[in-house]
Amino acid sequence: MKPVLDLQEVSVRFGDNTALDRVSLALAANETVVVLGPSGSGKSTLLRAIAGLEPLAHGRIESGGIDLAPIPTHRRGFGLMFQSATLFPHRDVLGNVMFGLLMQNVRRAEAETRARAALKIVGLAGFETRAVAELSGGEAQRVALARAIAPEPKLLMLDEPFGALDRPRRDELSNEVRTISNRLGAATLLVTHDHAEAFAIGDRIAIINAGKIEQVAPPVELWRQPATAFVASFLGWNIISSNTGSTIAVRPDAIRLTPNPNHGRESATVITRTFRRNHWQIRVETEDHQFLNVEIANTEAPTNLNSESEIASGSVVGVIIDPASTICFTP
Amino acid sequence: MFLGVLFVLPVANILGRGLITDAGLDLNPVVAVLENELLRRIIGFTFLQAALSTLLTVVVGIPGAYVLYRYRFAGRSLVRALATVPFVLPTLVVATAFLALGVPPSFTAILLAHIFFNYAVVVRTVGGLWAHLDPKTETAAQVLGASKIKIFIHVTLPALRPAIWAASAVCFLFTFTSFGIILFLGGPGRATLETEIYRQTAQLLDFKTAAGLSVVQLVAVTVVLVITNRLIARQRVALGLQSAAAVPQVRSAGQRIMLGGNLLFMALLLGLPMATLIVNSFSIPSGFGLTYYRALGTLRADSVLFVTPVAAIKNSLVIAVIAAAISLVVGGLAAHAIVRHRSGLATALSLPLGVSAVTVGFGFLITFDTPPLDFRSSWLLLPFAHALIAIPFVIRAIVPILSSIDPRLRDSAAVLGANPRRVWREIDLPISARAYTVGAGFALAISLGEFGATAFLARPDHPTLPIVIARLLGQPGALNFGSALAASSILMVLVVLVVMGIERARIGSIGTF
Repeated sequence: MKPVLDLQEVSVRFGDNTALDRVSLALAANETVVVLGPSGSGKSTLLRAIAGLEPLAHGRIESGGIDLAPIPTHRRGFGLMFQSATLFPHRDVLGNVMFGLLMQNVRRAEAETRARAALKIVGLAGFETRAVAELSGGEAQRVALARAIAPEPKLLMLDEPFGALDRPRRDELSNEVRTISNRLGAATLLVTHDHAEAFAIGDRIAIINAGKIEQVAPPVELWRQPATAFVASFLGWNIISSNTGSTIAVRPDAIRLTPNPNHGRESATVITRTFRRNHWQIRVETEDHQFLNVEIANTEAPTNLNSESEIASGSVVGVIIDPASTICFTP
Repeated sequence: MFLGVLFVLPVANILGRGLITDAGLDLNPVVAVLENELLRRIIGFTFLQAALSTLLTVVVGIPGAYVLYRYRFAGRSLVRALATVPFVLPTLVVATAFLALGVPPSFTAILLAHIFFNYAVVVRTVGGLWAHLDPKTETAAQVLGASKIKIFIHVTLPALRPAIWAASAVCFLFTFTSFGIILFLGGPGRATLETEIYRQTAQLLDFKTAAGLSVVQLVAVTVVLVITNRLIARQRVALGLQSAAAVPQVRSAGQRIMLGGNLLFMALLLGLPMATLIVNSFSIPSGFGLTYYRALGTLRADSVLFVTPVAAIKNSLVIAVIAAAISLVVGGLAAHAIVRHRSGLATALSLPLGVSAVTVGFGFLITFDTPPLDFRSSWLLLPFAHALIAIPFVIRAIVPILSSIDPRLRDSAAVLGANPRRVWREIDLPISARAYTVGAGFALAISLGEFGATAFLARPDHPTLPIVIARLLGQPGALNFGSALAASSILMVLVVLVVMGIERARIGSIGTF
C-alpha cells in the first residue's frame, strides 16, 4: 500500500533563508510520527508545506501515490491543529466543529450528527452551544481537536498542540490523541519541542535541526543509537570533543562516580547537584575542563557513594564511563 | 484604481493646469504665490491658526482623555459618546452654532470652533491608549519614590507620546485645511489657503494662482504627514499594553475637582454651542415656534434657493447612502490590500485625509469636464467626491480589525476545505462586520456634512443641506438666519443619529481616527 504521506527531498525557502532542506519522510496509515526539534528548526514550516500553505522550492509531496502539487490547501483533506486553538470566534463550539464538514458540502443534519460525535470523542459532549470565548485553554484545544478530526482526515497534523497547557493536562491530552488517531486509522504527524511528549506518543521520532532531518527512528532506538552528534546532544548526551577531531557522546546514565578520585578513568570536581525525583543530576568538571552531566538513580546515590555529602558541590570524585554507552562520531 | 482615477487624476490635473505650459514644467505660479506679499501672509496665517488650534486642543484634550478613560463614574459612556458628536458635525453646523451663540467672527472664534471640532480626536486617540497602559509601570515608579507629577511627566507622558503625535497630526491636518469655519467665523480679511483657493477659483476664476496655492498646500500637508508618521513610528516603543485596565471609582476630593472641572469645560465648550443652536432655531421674535422650520418646506419668491430645503434634505440623504456604499466597497478592498501587503500603501491611502476638500472639488471640476470624462452634470459626481473624502476613515475603521485577525484562522479554514472566497466570507467578513458598520457611519456622517468639495460640485437645482445652510447664512434677514439655524439643527440631529449608531456598533475602542 502506498504511504498516506510521502515527502521526497522537500525544500522550502523564505528569501535566502532555507527553512526546510531536502526533507524526506513517509507515513503509513495508523502510524504516529513525531517531529522533534528546537524552536526555529522548521517544524511548523514542514506541516504548513504539507498542508499546502507554503510553496515548495524543491521536491515533491505525495499522498497515496498522487502528487499534491496541483491540489490547493482546501482540497487536500488533511487535518491541521495549531498550538493556539485558532477557533473561529464568531461561531459556537458546534459551529466550529461542523465547519470542515460544511465545507465538504455534507448535509447540515448529517454534519451536526458527526460534529456531535466528534465532540463526544474528545470528551466535550454538552458543550455544543458554548461560545468559544467561554472555554478554558484545555477545552479550546479539545474543540480544535474535534474540529480537525470531524471530517475524518486520512492525515492528522498537530503543531505543538498542547504547548500552552500545563503538564498534567498535556500528558492527558497527548495520550488521548494517540487513542483517537488509532481509532480513526489516520496517520498522525505531530510536531513538538517537548522530549517527554515525543517519546510518549511517537511510533517513530524524526529529529529535525536547521531544516534538515537528522534521524528518524523508533524512540528506543533513537535513545540508544543517536545517528549524529546533534541528535545525541539534543537528547541530553554528553558531548566530549577529543583531540583527534572526532566527537564522543556519552549517555548521562552511563557515567558512574566513585568517592575515591583515583578509582576512575579520571577525577572531576562536582559543580552542582540537582534532585530530579527519580534521579540525581550531577554536573562535574574534569581535570581537562570538560563538563559532564551525570544521572544517578536516586536510590543508588547514598549507597554507591557512601554518603550524600561526598557528591556535594566542591567534592572531588572519580569518573567511570561505561564504554558500551559511548558513541564516537568521526567528522 | 479607484483612488487612482478619482484622487490622483484630479490632483495631478490641478498641478498640471497650474504648472505645465507649452514650454514644459513651469513653477512660476508657485513662485508667484510665494512672492506675493498678501498670499504669503495667508500662508503664514494658515500655519499659525492650525498650529495654535492644535496646541490648544491637545492641552485641553489630555485632561479630558484622563477623566474619560482613567476614571469610572456613572454616565461615562454617555459623556464619551456626546464628546464625540462635535467631531462628526458638519463644519457649517459648527460655524452656525458659534454664530448663534453670539460669538463675533474673529481669530478667537476660529480657535474656539477648531477646539470644539477636534476635541474628540485628542480625547479618543490619547484616551484609547491611556486606557490600555499597564498601571503597574506607574505603580513601579511610585514604589521607586516618584511623586504623582513626576510620574506623569517621566512615565505616563512618554508612553502617550505616539497617541499625542497622532492626534496632533490629525488636528493639524483638519485645521490646516479647514474651510467652512474659516469662511463663516473668520470674518473679513482672515483667509487661509483653503478659503483663498476657493476665492481664486470660484470668484476670481484665476486658476493659475489657485493651482499654485494648491501645490503649496499639498506639499505642506504631505510634509506634515510624512514627519508625523516617522515620529509616531520612532516613538512606538513596546508598551506593555493590556486590555483596558480596571480604573478606580472617583473618590478623593482632588479627583472630584478634576472630574467636575473637565465635565464643566466639556459642557461649556461642546454642549453650549449645540444647545444654543437648537434653542435659537425655535425662538422667533414672538417667543418660541416652528416658523423657521416651516419656512424650510416652502420656496419663497425672494428666496436665493432653487429648491425647497426639504428637497435638499432628500438630496443629502440619497447622496450620503450612495457615497457610503461606494466608500465601503473601495475602502474595504483597500483595507484588505493594506493588511495583505503591509506596504507604504497605508500612507498613500491616508493622503486624501490631508488633502483639502476644496482641492478635491476643484480637481474634480477641472478633470471631469472633457470627454470621455465629462461627468460634470452627472449626479454621481457628488457621491464619488464624498466617498473619496470618506474612504480614509472607512479604511482606518476596518484595518485594525482585519489586521487583528490571526492569519492562522484563515489557514485553519483553508485546511478544513474552504476555498479562498469562502475563507473571506466565513472568516474576514463576519469578524469585520462591525468595523464595516462603523465605517459606514463615518461615511454617512461625512457625506451629510461635506461642504468644501460640494461647494464646487453641487448643481444649483440639486443642492445638499449644507449648501442650503451656506446660502441662507449668506443672506441678510432674521428669517434667513433662523432658517439656517433650523436647517443646521436638522443636519445635526441626522448626524447625531448616525453617530449613535456608530457608538452602538463600536467594539470597545477599536478603530482609530
